[in-house]
Amino acid sequence: MASVKANPVFAPPLGRGRKRSGVSTRQNGVAFLFLAPWVCGILVLTLGPILASLYLSLTNYDLFTAPVWAGLANYQRLFFEDARYYQALKVTFTYVALSVPLKLAFALGVALVLNRGLSGLGFYRSVYYLPSLLGGSVAIAIMWRQLFAYDGIVNEFLLQFGIDGPSWISNPVYALYTLVTLSIWQFGSPMVIFLAGLKQIPQELYDAAAVDGAGPWRKFLNVTLPLLTPIIFFNFVMQLINSFQAFTPSFIISNGTGGPADSTLFYTLYLYEQGFTNFQMGYASAMAWVLVAIIGTTTGLAFMSARYWVHYGDESR
Amino acid sequence: MTATLPAGSPGRRIILRPRRILMHLALCAGAFLMIYPLLWLFSSSLKPSNLIFADPGLWPSKLRLENYPDGWRGAALPFSVFFTNSFIVSTLAVIGNALSCSMVAYAFARLDFAFKRTLFALMLMTIMLPLHATLIPQYILFQKIGWVNTFLPIVVPKFLAVDAFFIFLMVQFIRSIPRDLDEAARIDGAGPIRIYWSIILPLLTPALVTTAVFSFLWTYEDFLTPLVYLSSMDLYTVPQGLRLFMASTGVSAWGPMLAMSVLSLVPLFIVFFVFQRRLIDGIASSGLKG
Repeated sequence: MASVKANPVFAPPLGRGRKRSGVSTRQNGVAFLFLAPWVCGILVLTLGPILASLYLSLTNYDLFTAPVWAGLANYQRLFFEDARYYQALKVTFTYVALSVPLKLAFALGVALVLNRGLSGLGFYRSVYYLPSLLGGSVAIAIMWRQLFAYDGIVNEFLLQFGIDGPSWISNPVYALYTLVTLSIWQFGSPMVIFLAGLKQIPQELYDAAAVDGAGPWRKFLNVTLPLLTPIIFFNFVMQLINSFQAFTPSFIISNGTGGPADSTLFYTLYLYEQGFTNFQMGYASAMAWVLVAIIGTTTGLAFMSARYWVHYGDESR
Repeated sequence: MTATLPAGSPGRRIILRPRRILMHLALCAGAFLMIYPLLWLFSSSLKPSNLIFADPGLWPSKLRLENYPDGWRGAALPFSVFFTNSFIVSTLAVIGNALSCSMVAYAFARLDFAFKRTLFALMLMTIMLPLHATLIPQYILFQKIGWVNTFLPIVVPKFLAVDAFFIFLMVQFIRSIPRDLDEAARIDGAGPIRIYWSIILPLLTPALVTTAVFSFLWTYEDFLTPLVYLSSMDLYTVPQGLRLFMASTGVSAWGPMLAMSVLSLVPLFIVFFVFQRRLIDGIASSGLKG
């Protein structure tokens, strides 16, 4: 498993136990010259805005007149008075809960098949990866809208089996699932990461398992799956963070409204609407803070759960 | 079941076992399913608008190439404007990211300075921070200094190394460059700036290319940032141009709109075909999102 740890993603923290060869004095001056752009960026574009966002979330601010202190009124409105906000939460959590596991399942499944030493690996890998590269494009969202239109190609296909499909995009029952499907279609990038992880598993382990009389299913359960847990975990966290922030497809497919009947009102879409359409910057800042808290909590929970299911091979427990 | 051999293992023979053929058939079917929407998009862009839905086949029964010139003329402004804007913004983003992130990565990987570990941890944490946490205050800031409705809010952050992913990628890469090279240069009297410029930067080329490719793709595809910052149409990027097209034309203009959708994907396809390996290796080794 040492080889998986050599993967940059899982590299040990910087500088631990490394000998400083020859340099005894700290190079603070030169170093901060190199760091200058990043330091400016993090102060002005990251840390400053985060604090500003926290302050603004406690005010009413319309961008044109000075912010008016409001205390926790924005948060109170979010949690107790805004039914659309709950709808946005529901839509977003449904999307995350469906798209993340399904996407990872497809990514892992295809990666396992592609890892079987078949010829044409490069070709398949590229073809399966391509959609995740194009995925965020407006053009792809427009295309998806047409595929799932009432007279679109999906219904055309269903008609071959005598099924009269609904108008997916304009039916509140189904609209969100078309977006889930779009997300699953883009399983290529976690798949590529899985493939890289599978390559790191030493052949000896499979040989040893074979000597012990393990069949393919046992090999998968006892060798592949445990050794792959760090990669599964990494993909899971990345997809989780990304899925909570989904925006473009829902904006394009619903024409910026989150419709039909708010069925695709993603969190980010509602935040955009409140901030940049209604100019309720304070309210939108409160939403942004809750989003940070949600993403922080879910990734935190993921990290805590990792103790129980993520195995690093050379670790004894 | 012999097929559990991983790729590259000695058991890789071209033997046509039925199981293998079945697997290839399944993979091809899957690949076709993945590509089908794109083929449909392309074929529909060549059809007259009234046939796009009536004629589901991939081979257009009636060609209408005029969709492309018609679409190019756009809804309010021609697409040449949107493409030019997109290329300006994306090119500047590539330069900004390559330059600023490599400088910062060099400092983290090779120089010693106060609070290094804390700052590195801070840098890693910003990778996870959702864009929306800073979007509104950033907008207010840029609005106050009069940058809204210019390219500056989109481009300047790239020169300030905000995409920490690339810093991380380059730090990992620089750590794999032997330190002996730096030492030799230092003995020859080179300072950190010389070492960065004439040793690290040339050797960093593969990581720089990966950074450049992803910077281009993400900036070119980005919809939210231009949507927030650009209000006059002559500054719109391609994604906004498409959205404008979609909002302002009726059902009759499907053909031209799909034609422009196809054209908007062409730069992405070119980058994909030229840098395929680099893209996939970049994803595999650093977990960059795709």
